[in-house]
Amino acid sequence: MNNETVYLWDLSVGEKAKVQNIETSDFIKRRMLDMGLIKGTYIEVLQKSPAGDPVAYFIRGAVIALRDEDTKKILVEKI
Amino acid sequence: MTQNIIQYNTQGCAESDGIKKTIALAGNPNVGKSTIFNSLTGLNQHTGNWTGKTVSNAIGKYTYNNKIFEIVDLPGTYSLFAGSAEEEVARDYIQSGDPDAVVIVCDATCLERNLNLALQIINISSRVILCVNLMDEAEKKGIKIDCDELSLQLGCEVVSVIARSEKGLDTLKAKVEEVCGSPPQRFLKRLDFSGCTTEEERTVKYVSASEEIAQKCVSFNKAHYDKRDRILDRLFTSRLTGIPIMLLLLGGIFWLTIVGANYPSELLSRFFGFLQVHIDAFFEYINSPLWLSGILVDGVYKTVTWVVSVMLPPMAIFFPLFTLLEDFGYLPRVAFNLDKFFRKSGADGKAALTMCMGFGCNACGVIGCRIISSPRERIIAMLTNSFVPCNGRFPTLIAIITMFLIGGVGSSLGNSLLCAIVLLLVIVLGVFITLTASRFLSKTVLKGESTCFTLELPPYRVPQIGKVIIRSILDRTLFVLGRAVTVAVPAGAIIWIFANVSIGNNTLINTVADLLNPFASAIGLDGIILLAFILGFPANEIVFPIILMAYLSKGSLTEYESLSQLHNLLLANGWTVITAVCTMLFSLCHFPCSTTMISIYKETKSKKYTAIAFFLPLGIGILICFVTKNVLSLVL
Repeated sequence: MNNETVYLWDLSVGEKAKVQNIETSDFIKRRMLDMGLIKGTYIEVLQKSPAGDPVAYFIRGAVIALRDEDTKKILVEKI
Repeated sequence: MTQNIIQYNTQGCAESDGIKKTIALAGNPNVGKSTIFNSLTGLNQHTGNWTGKTVSNAIGKYTYNNKIFEIVDLPGTYSLFAGSAEEEVARDYIQSGDPDAVVIVCDATCLERNLNLALQIINISSRVILCVNLMDEAEKKGIKIDCDELSLQLGCEVVSVIARSEKGLDTLKAKVEEVCGSPPQRFLKRLDFSGCTTEEERTVKYVSASEEIAQKCVSFNKAHYDKRDRILDRLFTSRLTGIPIMLLLLGGIFWLTIVGANYPSELLSRFFGFLQVHIDAFFEYINSPLWLSGILVDGVYKTVTWVVSVMLPPMAIFFPLFTLLEDFGYLPRVAFNLDKFFRKSGADGKAALTMCMGFGCNACGVIGCRIISSPRERIIAMLTNSFVPCNGRFPTLIAIITMFLIGGVGSSLGNSLLCAIVLLLVIVLGVFITLTASRFLSKTVLKGESTCFTLELPPYRVPQIGKVIIRSILDRTLFVLGRAVTVAVPAGAIIWIFANVSIGNNTLINTVADLLNPFASAIGLDGIILLAFILGFPANEIVFPIILMAYLSKGSLTEYESLSQLHNLLLANGWTVITAVCTMLFSLCHFPCSTTMISIYKETKSKKYTAIAFFLPLGIGILICFVTKNVLSLVL
């Protein structure tokens, strides 16, 4: 099963994916990890804000809003 | 081993004889930690449904079985190791503060995420109690938590509670007593970090362990357990409805405040007027010298009663309504809606939250800026917080709008709606100035890239209306009012002296006002208005009373009972629509009050930023008033 690998930013509302890698600076990466975003984490795109950015994601039972500049650096595998 | 246990037991006994136990209360933001803290200690510390509300350590006490337990409420954090100031405070306390036990509060509706922090704490503590809160919300959503299994997995006591209805708190107290008097828990889940070289690898271990434990202890019985929240989010944050609903909600609150406050305000001022007749009679009866009754009655009493009758009703309406929104969980959605706009200006979306806190009190807003994780954006938010009118300025704005901008004084529905809309426009202008000033700051003094942003949108909760009203009146309304009165008492006396002590044949207030007049008229005010803003530095609430007192001392001393009388007084002193607009603008943009300034200095520890916080809004205010005055003079 070879699923498409894209950035989290590429997904549209309703799509689900599995985190592969976070390609940001250490500081931001630490925050993301503490939100539970490690490799293999399931993530679902829930809702865009009125300006289209940030976007709310479903991560480990919680709703977390992330900015485009960060989600453009999170590699995920579409499911 | 046996020896050890005996030793610990005797220690437990010794401490029960009056020596207190210290408990640290930790948890993620927004899991009801403060509610538990309040219920346990009875100390009224405000709780709110927005991320990171508890910003400093609150300490409270309770007794159970004749033992004293001291609770330290740690800042809500997601982790202990990611490097923010709150996390350091929490970690330092757990590690070096040597609490007898740590109570970790978790949200039952998203236990897995909460377990991350719980495991981190468990790995650096020796006595832990896990408190799973919001069990009722979890049940509604079909989430089941096996507390026995959880206790087994973590190796610590697990108590399920519903903090809002105080269910399970007795069990919690009993467990706390038990754990405090026992040897360190031996089966605490310690993670094996052998082979981990970086913080990152350790974090991954924590997250994976949380996932593993959650899988064993949590079951979901409804496929779409969060359906209601998602529908509400679509309503409150979508492109089409998000911002209009936000404006409607805020506008609605202002409208209710304006409409609702009118009548009780009038009633109060009539009551105080009635009381004054008797006070005057008393002073006459005891033959007091004129200056004494002048200072005490015309100075102190009048200023204080003005502050109370003008401020109390709007606050008693505004704060509960606002707290309802807060309790419901709406405020993080405001940050979500506005983040993009704030970021374009070099600020952080969470500044929208601190801005909202600023509606209540700018000093609170400044302290609230601790929720913003990056230092640069945090300072920007602090320096621009005073551009939203605080509760001390609302009554002034409302009074001026009613008198000068919407065509006369009336209590018809149309008028009050119009008033709310104009007020909303003033606030939108305030937000616009906030954004412009933020942009200016981020391009000049505070250059840099905007950094990480993760914002949790917590589940909506049905607000507890009764509790909210009591809490917000006790905690916020009386707190702010108390502070205003404290300032108003000496200010009232000083102003009276200013208005009645003469140099030559001119009173002190007029002498100073005359000095200020040329500059003040250039920006559309008059000397007295400007002087009132300067004298009102301790509290914005007293700016308008100072203006009135100064005008009254000039001419005949009439009682003011209604807005229309006030209107006439202002007209008689040369007020025009231009004066009204400029006074409003200057009220929106001038130096923050002394309490806010002190807070800014304490938070930034920088004289430079404190100076900017003073001169930036003042400069903008002078500029805007100058331009407005000259443009309006051409048009009108």
